[in-house]
Amino acid sequence: MSSSDVARQGQERNARPLSLSGHVGFDSLPDQLVSKSTNQGFCFNILCIGETGIGKSTLMDTLFNTNFENFESSHFEPRVKLRAQTYDLQESNVRLKLTIVNTVGFGDQMNKQESYQHVVDYIDTQFESYLQEELKIKRALHNYHDSRIHACLYFIAPSGHSLKSLDLVTMKKLDSKVNIIPVIAKADTISKSELHKFKIKIMSELVSNGVQIYQFPTDDETVSKINTSMNGHLPFAVVGSTEEVKIGNKMVKARQYPWGVVQVENENHCDFVKLREMLICVNMEDLREQTHTRHYELYRRCKLEEMGFKDTDPESKPVSLQETYEAKRQEFLLELQRREEEMRQMFVQRVKEKEAELKEAERELQGKFEQLKRLHADEKSKLDDKRKSLEDEMNSFSKKKAAAELLQGQSLSANSNIKKDKDRKNSGFM
Amino acid sequence: MADTAKTTHPQPAGRPEKGAEFGYVGIDAILEQMRRKAMKQGFELNIMVVGQSGLGKSTLINTLFKSKVSRRSVMPSDEERIPKTIEIKSVSHDIEEKGVRMKLTVIDTPGFGDQINNENCWQPIMKFINEQYEQYLQEEINISRKKRIPDSRVHCCIYFIPPTGHCLRPIDIEFMRHLSKVVNIVPVIAKADTLTLEERDFFKQKIREDLRVNEIEVYPQKEFDEDSEDRMINDKIREMIPFAVVGSDQEYQVNGKRLLGRKTRWGTVEVENTAHCEFAYLRDLLIRTHMQNLKDITSSIHYEVYRVRRLNENNTHPSDQPNGHSNGVPTHEVLSHEM
Repeated sequence: MSSSDVARQGQERNARPLSLSGHVGFDSLPDQLVSKSTNQGFCFNILCIGETGIGKSTLMDTLFNTNFENFESSHFEPRVKLRAQTYDLQESNVRLKLTIVNTVGFGDQMNKQESYQHVVDYIDTQFESYLQEELKIKRALHNYHDSRIHACLYFIAPSGHSLKSLDLVTMKKLDSKVNIIPVIAKADTISKSELHKFKIKIMSELVSNGVQIYQFPTDDETVSKINTSMNGHLPFAVVGSTEEVKIGNKMVKARQYPWGVVQVENENHCDFVKLREMLICVNMEDLREQTHTRHYELYRRCKLEEMGFKDTDPESKPVSLQETYEAKRQEFLLELQRREEEMRQMFVQRVKEKEAELKEAERELQGKFEQLKRLHADEKSKLDDKRKSLEDEMNSFSKKKAAAELLQGQSLSANSNIKKDKDRKNSGFM
Repeated sequence: MADTAKTTHPQPAGRPEKGAEFGYVGIDAILEQMRRKAMKQGFELNIMVVGQSGLGKSTLINTLFKSKVSRRSVMPSDEERIPKTIEIKSVSHDIEEKGVRMKLTVIDTPGFGDQINNENCWQPIMKFINEQYEQYLQEEINISRKKRIPDSRVHCCIYFIPPTGHCLRPIDIEFMRHLSKVVNIVPVIAKADTLTLEERDFFKQKIREDLRVNEIEVYPQKEFDEDSEDRMINDKIREMIPFAVVGSDQEYQVNGKRLLGRKTRWGTVEVENTAHCEFAYLRDLLIRTHMQNLKDITSSIHYEVYRVRRLNENNTHPSDQPNGHSNGVPTHEVLSHEM
């Protein structure tokens, strides 16, 4: 930056410019910053949108020079799904946590009206979880694994004519939420002249429909030249391949056809190198920054406004977030209280009903008990009667028996008396 | 719907040498991108100096940044004017070195420790520091907020200990005890050229003992060491604090070289000579190695503590005392100046 900029900024920020008379040493600050970031590691999330079989996974493999263990998806998905996979990559001393999100089943349904919605929802969910973390009271932002999508590669089918309506609709819905980089997939099916016309057609359609794709930044002098020229090559026509073919005496990534070999890293054959250059080598940090300062802030603003927070109230006086938050909280607490009261009432009601039921049951039981008791008493009295009568019978029987015995005894003694008399008589007679 | 992410570790096929056509992805180019972005944005640093008048605070700042940061021609000299209360004076400067631009803000506290009754002398300073946190917090919770929130939070507070040679005074202990919880404190022994090396070592030991007994954690705080490498480096620093410094903005000829120093009849104290005083260590710590760390600890730890306390205040009943880092000032209303 020139000294005039320094002076201008000094005026803006109420700071006077000062000249140093010796080496202080704070020029090591960028190094300190970089070493801190290296220790923490970096995070980058790419979203690939495109029809099934258009070459998304192959391109990712080619771009990052590894095999991401993808498997082919079927064409019969009922709904668009998103599959996210996270990888830890390392090159020299830089560790990158790369998340690749692929759409599954995009463009396969008969009715594609809802296709873009799932993608939009996914992107919003990532923003939402970051917002939640930021709004927490006890938060850990520097340790947070940032899952917001930093770049969206939109794969355009190489028809050679123009964009499909699904493409236009999807990109229109996404352009305010994510950095869109359109690429023409399987570019080896288009000839050079057709490609040129195709690119012009695509860009003009995007412009006329008001779709804002990601522009590589041109404000920094070190990269503005290369970025401006690359902006003119959009959308990049790419070819992906993980197979290697021997050309000359080197093994290069290429696709072999009977009529020739398409070399992936040959700039005459396709724009793959340009894509890699732009996406990774030159603008990765800018993509992350745009996501954070533009798309995320927009989301945050809309979300908070939706929830009813404002910076200024209808009289244009600044309203603090806390006051609104307090008011909302009070509302919420009142609502909770009301619900609690309702539930309590319901509970009391139920208890009363149950009580009544139980009382009823108790009464019934009591009634039954009484009845049984009565029956029992009846039976008892009956039995008593019977016993009494039995006893009476026994008594009378025993009386009779006693009388009979007495009689018998008497008669016996009479007999014996008679006998004795007889004997006496007999003996007396003798 | 997104499935949950799973982490795998594919073999990194990238070769480290740049320019190799085959196998190079370019992930490490992000370091260069970050550096570019940082250089473009510039840096901010806010240093506060606290100490009694006459301890050489302004001179030390001038020596640290090799320029007339405090313009004594503008400020009345210290003998003429001793402020009735503690003032907080904040002056910003734009400095640039080898393409790196920095906005340096020096916050001076004239009047600290100069009154007859110095009780609660730390309160205005605490209030100022909390005000900066409050300002940042308000900006952060706005609906539409700026791209870069201006950072006026105090990153480092240099506390000047007078070279008595005995131990810490009550005012020192009080101040550091309260403020070490909200800001990074770097204690230094001012005007260390009045102490011999043995006296200096004894004094330092005594100070470290006092700090330990009063449970005062000065920078670099033990609890924020991230890994064993950090701990090793910081342990070496902790063995040396407080740094015994001498400041000077005048150059003298010593052994054919022009050096910053203080000339006396019995010799010249060279400021940047580590055998004479520890200014070079202080400068290296503050500027060359730990500047980013100071800012990180301020923003991710001290500021977060403030934020938690502030946001919790709205939830708990005002009569509850916030637990954790308490500053001793009764908080019965949600007003920043009473925190």
